[in-house]
Amino acid sequence: MTQVRVDAAGLYRTVRLIRRFEERAIELVRDGTIVGGIHPYVGQEAIAAGTCAALRTGDVITSTHRGHGHVLAKGADPARAMAELAGRATGLNRGRGGSMHAADFSLGILGANAIVGAAVPIATGAAWAARRAGLDRVAVTYFGDGAVSQGVVLETFNLAALWRLPVVFVCENNGFATTTRVSEAVAGTITGRAHAFGIPASTVDGSDPEAVLHETATAVERARSGGGPSLVECVAYRFDAHHTWEHAARPRYRTDDEVSAGTSRDPVEIQGARVAPDERARIDAEIESTLDQAVDFARQSPHPDPAGALDHLYADGLRARAGA
Amino acid sequence: MTILSYLKALNRAIAAEMERDPAVCVFGEDVRVAVSNVTTGLHKKFGSERVVDMPISEQAFTSFATGAALCGQRPLIEFQIPALLFLAFEQIANQAHKFSLMTGGQAAVPVTYLLPSSGSRGGWAGQHSDHPYSLFAHVGVKTVVPSTPADAYGLLVSAIRDDDPVVVFAPAGAVGVRADVDLASLAPIPLGVGRVHRSGDDVTVVAVGHLVHDALAVAEELAGTVSVEVFDPRTLHPFDWAGLAASLERTGRLVVVDDSNRSCGIAGEILASAAEGMRLIAPPRRVTRPDAAVLPFARDLDLALQPSRAQIRAAVEDVAKLGQEG
Repeated sequence: MTQVRVDAAGLYRTVRLIRRFEERAIELVRDGTIVGGIHPYVGQEAIAAGTCAALRTGDVITSTHRGHGHVLAKGADPARAMAELAGRATGLNRGRGGSMHAADFSLGILGANAIVGAAVPIATGAAWAARRAGLDRVAVTYFGDGAVSQGVVLETFNLAALWRLPVVFVCENNGFATTTRVSEAVAGTITGRAHAFGIPASTVDGSDPEAVLHETATAVERARSGGGPSLVECVAYRFDAHHTWEHAARPRYRTDDEVSAGTSRDPVEIQGARVAPDERARIDAEIESTLDQAVDFARQSPHPDPAGALDHLYADGLRARAGA
Repeated sequence: MTILSYLKALNRAIAAEMERDPAVCVFGEDVRVAVSNVTTGLHKKFGSERVVDMPISEQAFTSFATGAALCGQRPLIEFQIPALLFLAFEQIANQAHKFSLMTGGQAAVPVTYLLPSSGSRGGWAGQHSDHPYSLFAHVGVKTVVPSTPADAYGLLVSAIRDDDPVVVFAPAGAVGVRADVDLASLAPIPLGVGRVHRSGDDVTVVAVGHLVHDALAVAEELAGTVSVEVFDPRTLHPFDWAGLAASLERTGRLVVVDDSNRSCGIAGEILASAAEGMRLIAPPRRVTRPDAAVLPFARDLDLALQPSRAQIRAAVEDVAKLGQEG
């Protein structure tokens, strides 16, 4: 295993930031500031925090519909991220992407993607391009347990392994594809899919940021040094809804006992226990202040001008005909 | 002057762009040995790093190209079969096409998708004979259908240089065309600018791709009775609406010839746009594949469903007559 310097307080700061960001965002969904709802990352914060702690600024990531954690962990400004969720002109994507498409190319965040598994080949192509350009850049692509049965993901494993591309496949196994259990949807194992292509794969406790960091650092080092792709399966539990519509619809697909057991291993508490209480309190206070400002920024930012609804449709500025 | 074939024009365009810009690379199936005769010689000249044979994983390598494009490369993908666009429609229409808007202008996806021998090749049956350019114009992906060797060269160069995804259809009915051209005059042709191949006063025939040549043949047949203007839009999205309007100012009568299925094909859009805001002195007509067409294998059945010169001629004569009555 690769030796890594562990910044326990830094990891705690990230998981706590993501947790509180999500809780504040859920409040904004409830009061109507965020329309369309969100897919909360609550319970999976250790995965984003641990993996991104193993990356450099120049490395790139692709994310999923449940992507706020990845975007924040890679360094996106919480205020502009919150403004994006609220559809404001000041958002990361100028209000054009929203929760499921947040991106910040200046930080190597090539976008969250709303089609399950769709970003996996995009990240892998980015890894190929980086190698062609002579950069020692690594691509990390996040996807859920639901994505491992998408053909395009398996096709991409083949490409990455054939060409030993510098990509790390991070599978966030939270137990459910929306409401369908892994046991009902995945034949064989997730790591077995990688092994079939000759890709090293391991399973790690996705509730523990430091465990995730150690495992990912090994995979990132392998990728950066020309050793090709790896898959890291991070097993965690989704504490909240698949999507905030569940808060009203309340579909029954997991029992209270199961939820209680699943939420008993809380990444915020696991990492918080590794930080001195006074430092933890100081970090918590900083994060509250940051998020107060983020929420204020999102609420007070202007809505985009409807006259520009198709701005940025074409990179060369082509204007499409109007609809009326 | 030199005789230049349409396929050689495509080949020259790719080679010239690879020479000019090291970010241009070619992805596809069997592109090293050039089974489609488009990438001939490129592997020898530019090597395996820039001419990449892909496993049969069209969906993955289409988005792989998107990822490469997001990080500075300019891939050209050759699809051997037009129906592969259905397989990769998610990756083109829902991924590559949407990145620029969804990221608020942070991202550009300069990928070219090239379809050598689109439409019917004669005897290739239901799953190799589609011509789905209208689908891409509908969703707003830049869509190009060159009809001549010089246009094939100039439009493909522009497509490769374009910062957005562009689909280039090279119709099977056109790839055999050869023309006498001055190689030194080959130049980029901007997307969205049509071309009047033949001027006329009575009827404007808008023809797409290989059907330009059929329209020109019909115009020649009718030369003594009807003066036909043949307008080749060359690009279906963006479309040269101003060029069409200018032609209809002269003729006021319109026939559109389009190798799409009838409903929701580009011909319907051209008729509608002309009816809404351009000069028409007679009801327009279109000649298309039938509604819901799937091309059958047997030669006569295959031909029966494609726009024919007889149909084009009949439509032109009808429109010319209606105009006189009206």
